[in-house]
Amino acid sequence: MSMARTGSLPPREHGAGIGTWISDVLWRHPAVLIVLLLLPPALWLGIIYLGSLFALLVQSFFSIDHFTGLIRYEFTLDTYAQLFRPSNFDIILRTVTMAICVSLASAAISFPIAYFAARYARGAWRAVFYLGIMMPLWSSYLVKIYAWKLILAKEGILTWALQGLHLEWLLDAFLALPVIGGNSLSVSTTGTFIVFVYVWLPFMVLPIQAALERVPTSMLEASGDLGARPGQTFRHVLLPLALPGVIAGSIFTFSLTLGDYIIPQIIGTSRLFIGQAVYQHQGIAGNIPLAAAFAVVPILIMGVYLWIAKRMGAFDAL
Amino acid sequence: MHSDRAPLSLKIAAAAGLLFMHVPILLIFAYAFTTEEKSFAWPPPGLTLKWFEVTWNRPDVWAALQLSLKVAAISTGMALVLGAFCAAAVSRSRFFGRETISLMVILPIALPGVVTGIALRSAFSIADVPFSTWTIVLGHATFCVVVVYNNAVARFRRTSGSLIEASMDLGANSFQTLRHVIMPNIATALLVGGMLAFALSFDEVIVTTFTAGQQQTLPIWMLEELVRPRERPVTNVVAMVVVLVTLLPILGAYYLTRGTDQVAGQGK
Repeated sequence: MSMARTGSLPPREHGAGIGTWISDVLWRHPAVLIVLLLLPPALWLGIIYLGSLFALLVQSFFSIDHFTGLIRYEFTLDTYAQLFRPSNFDIILRTVTMAICVSLASAAISFPIAYFAARYARGAWRAVFYLGIMMPLWSSYLVKIYAWKLILAKEGILTWALQGLHLEWLLDAFLALPVIGGNSLSVSTTGTFIVFVYVWLPFMVLPIQAALERVPTSMLEASGDLGARPGQTFRHVLLPLALPGVIAGSIFTFSLTLGDYIIPQIIGTSRLFIGQAVYQHQGIAGNIPLAAAFAVVPILIMGVYLWIAKRMGAFDAL
Repeated sequence: MHSDRAPLSLKIAAAAGLLFMHVPILLIFAYAFTTEEKSFAWPPPGLTLKWFEVTWNRPDVWAALQLSLKVAAISTGMALVLGAFCAAAVSRSRFFGRETISLMVILPIALPGVVTGIALRSAFSIADVPFSTWTIVLGHATFCVVVVYNNAVARFRRTSGSLIEASMDLGANSFQTLRHVIMPNIATALLVGGMLAFALSFDEVIVTTFTAGQQQTLPIWMLEELVRPRERPVTNVVAMVVVLVTLLPILGAYYLTRGTDQVAGQGK
């Protein structure tokens, strides 16, 4: 290999300059070039990012002295045991339940958009759908949350619309329900759920669309020709083929819901989610070990989730 | 022709989904002009341009905007260098640990932001690093690398390696090849990656809350207004401006990648 390369070099005149000399060295030793290229990003990510993650992991094995409020630098699993106390374990369960509901709802809303975009949108409509999905994806995260605060507020547009339709009683009846209800939608778990679905929706549409674009139309036609009703074609042909896309999308919706602490803080009840617990324990309480242990929970859940997703072929749809 | 027509129910569901994605953002535009100060009352009792003037004269908004632009510019620059280097190495050869490198680049965006944030925060406190613009940049550059990397890797894959060999055969050295052959080929991919990285950094709030200390970027300014509303009309105007500012890079990225099979921004 290196023989052939050396042989293919054009003859150089004497004193061709330092640039040429460097070029020759890099060409003869491609490994040097790779190392030079990789060194800055590897150092950056390896030291700053992985180093910080590792430091965080280490801290989760320390504990806090409840009398002095100082961190005890000894190995212990006590902090992890605290996660299983009912008050903390509730937070984990609530967050995971929310993540599951959000992923299912996003998939249901995304599917028609993705299917239409992948199969029927042509010409100008293709551009409309592309931008129609991209623009919400890249619009400011806080502005999106703010928009929903405007919509869900008691005096906001939703109440106004329902009053116009004489359906206020429906909203009131819904808000009277335990757990998902509340004083107004902007301080209820339902509000949190709606905003989560809204904010992560584009992350679900894109992978489903990518998966659906690879489904040959002839397969759906064959299913119809063989006598399947549209519902049967959807259940037995389309859905199984789109499933890797749905799972790929759910990786985003799941991971983003697990780690978010801003949405439930602004729209929702005072019941905590994992992200809020991490934030509060490291901030006001100064309990870094417990905050670190809480932060490990989404990492572990995502690790398991990614492993399952990989086995189901979801990465091909990314 | 039956199979080329979408069923009505699908059309309605798709249209409803798209409306659901866009109506809330459009509402922001209406609220920026409302005369109502104290509540989120709908419909707006009247329309006014007064709040644009009020916002224009607010030094805290300008300071936050300035910090956000500065952080986004520096982070984008760093992400461009790191992402392009990484993409060049990964696409040029297969080496040991190649998969690990890809994973490492994607990890900051795959793990929840709160994990990245607290990891950096605790690392800063262990290493005794005081909060500054640079601590924010450190966090932002880390997760912006992936956007540049994704765009650059896709372009490198479509750029034939024989072009580089031809350039060298014709007597160009590495630097001339880089300048006249490689750069023109990947320039738009880097531009798109850079624009998306800029938009990502300009809008980031979760990691920033951990790395900013007392400094205010524009998203942090907005977050504080959301948690403890003080001046709703000013927030409305800022929200509208932010939507418009983040829209420009996205439209630019779309314009530049039009007609290629690669979808810009998919890897946010």
